[in-house]
Amino acid sequence: MATASRGTRLDVATIRKDFPILETGIAYLDSANTSQRPRQVTGAMLEYFEKFNSNIHRAAYHIAEEATERYEGTREKVRAFINASSTKEVIYTRGTTEAINLVAYSWGRKNIKKGDLIVLTILDHHSNIVPWQILAAANGATIEYVDIDERGELRLDQFHELLKRSPKLVAFSQVSNALGTINPAEQMVAAAKAAGATVLVDGAQGAPHQGVDVQALGCDFYAFSGHKMLGPTGAGILYGRRELLEAMDPFMSGGDMIKAVRIEGTTYHDLPWKFEAGTQAIAEVIGLGAAVDYLSGLGMEAVRAHEREITEYAYEALSDIGGLTLYGPPPSRRAGVISFALEGIHPHDLATIADRDQVCLRAGHHCAMPLMTRLGVAATARASFYIYTQKDEVDRLVGSIKEAQRIFK
Amino acid sequence: MSSTPADDQFYREYILDHYKNPRNFGRLENPDISHEEDNPLCGDVIGMEFRVKDGVIEDVKFHGRGCAISQAAASLLTERLKGLPLDDAKKISKDDVLGELGIQISPARIKCALLSLKVLKVGAYGLAGDDEEGE
Repeated sequence: MATASRGTRLDVATIRKDFPILETGIAYLDSANTSQRPRQVTGAMLEYFEKFNSNIHRAAYHIAEEATERYEGTREKVRAFINASSTKEVIYTRGTTEAINLVAYSWGRKNIKKGDLIVLTILDHHSNIVPWQILAAANGATIEYVDIDERGELRLDQFHELLKRSPKLVAFSQVSNALGTINPAEQMVAAAKAAGATVLVDGAQGAPHQGVDVQALGCDFYAFSGHKMLGPTGAGILYGRRELLEAMDPFMSGGDMIKAVRIEGTTYHDLPWKFEAGTQAIAEVIGLGAAVDYLSGLGMEAVRAHEREITEYAYEALSDIGGLTLYGPPPSRRAGVISFALEGIHPHDLATIADRDQVCLRAGHHCAMPLMTRLGVAATARASFYIYTQKDEVDRLVGSIKEAQRIFK
Repeated sequence: MSSTPADDQFYREYILDHYKNPRNFGRLENPDISHEEDNPLCGDVIGMEFRVKDGVIEDVKFHGRGCAISQAAASLLTERLKGLPLDDAKKISKDDVLGELGIQISPARIKCALLSLKVLKVGAYGLAGDDEEGE
């Protein structure tokens, strides 16, 4: 681990040894969908199952204390990773989707009123659109979407125009999952806060690839998933500013989120446990802690630098292929995601052909149907990269594309 | 491993031929049945239009966009449907369609292969319902 990062450069060969799945020969180019997980993460989970498997927060015996300590230990690791001011602001969820739904339900139903404006963007993932659509329909609010320009970057002129209408909520993704566009999040949060809006940033593609400092970013809520950043599925994070979280009602309710239940009524637990009802995903949260350790060990600057190098290499290689259309901004302004289309070849057919070469490629609408409609396509093929991606895997993708073109010529 | 067209089990010549030169592609004027379905997985759309006379499919056309599998399956299906009694068309099964494609379809692609059959079924039973009401 200590050797996997030299200054700002990742030692990819060493990193790859931590990912047994890569030994199967696949070229895994779908990390924006879900990342692979290193032995350190699966090992931490296995250790829980084999050595101190028990429920947290309630048992008096020693293995339960160990489980509770590990589970709560992740909270401090995450707090440091995102630079939140307190672990009380770090809420465990199943992932980004649940985190955003929590805010839409617990904050939104109380604070979004009839006639209020919610500002989203056309780049957003369905998980940052649908919860707000449901809220807007229930409470009589309206939603406006910031459009993109020809490069797939947000139209900031339009964003600032919308802010003049004093939106109650602004929610947008730090990085687009479909195009890889890195949005100017700090600038957007500052402008939205100045306009009086509450701001949620969807960090599902931001936290794993460039990290975040929520205090510097200045947002009110920040949501992300563990499984896109080397952790297991089923554990994600909602960061919220403490005074907002304090004022919010619980999302899920039941066991463990209470101080006292009487037939006359219930006193809720303190933050962060007020939002964590029922038996939690203990092993997954422990795994997420190990994932944060792993990334912190590498350093997010080095992670970003490696992804940028691979993305530039892939962008150039794909640009050289005739009949291939690239979507989104130039590599310097995007994360490790490249969406593209081939003339006369449907993305699904390309993905099937690539699969025969053991190249794992995503084809579809990437849970961003409004964006696909905006681009005038039903689907795109998407390659996405992470800390373990090597240039020869990009070369294999190029080979699959050429094979598809040969079959379909 | 990459494969050559000759040993290609998936993108066989006739599949690619139906994809590039789809039979019965387009629209019918005043169809008796018109129905469209999409594949939410990928946003592909297939619509079919039928002219039915005395219970027999006189003409059929399909439209839409999609992958080679969904387009070839639709094209092959329309060839089979022309001149077929509607009641027989309703009996066409998944296995019939997959058999006609003649290739191994992975679970991930099965919806592509069967999208046009879904259009046929929903469309045909919809018309049958209307008929029964009329009788």
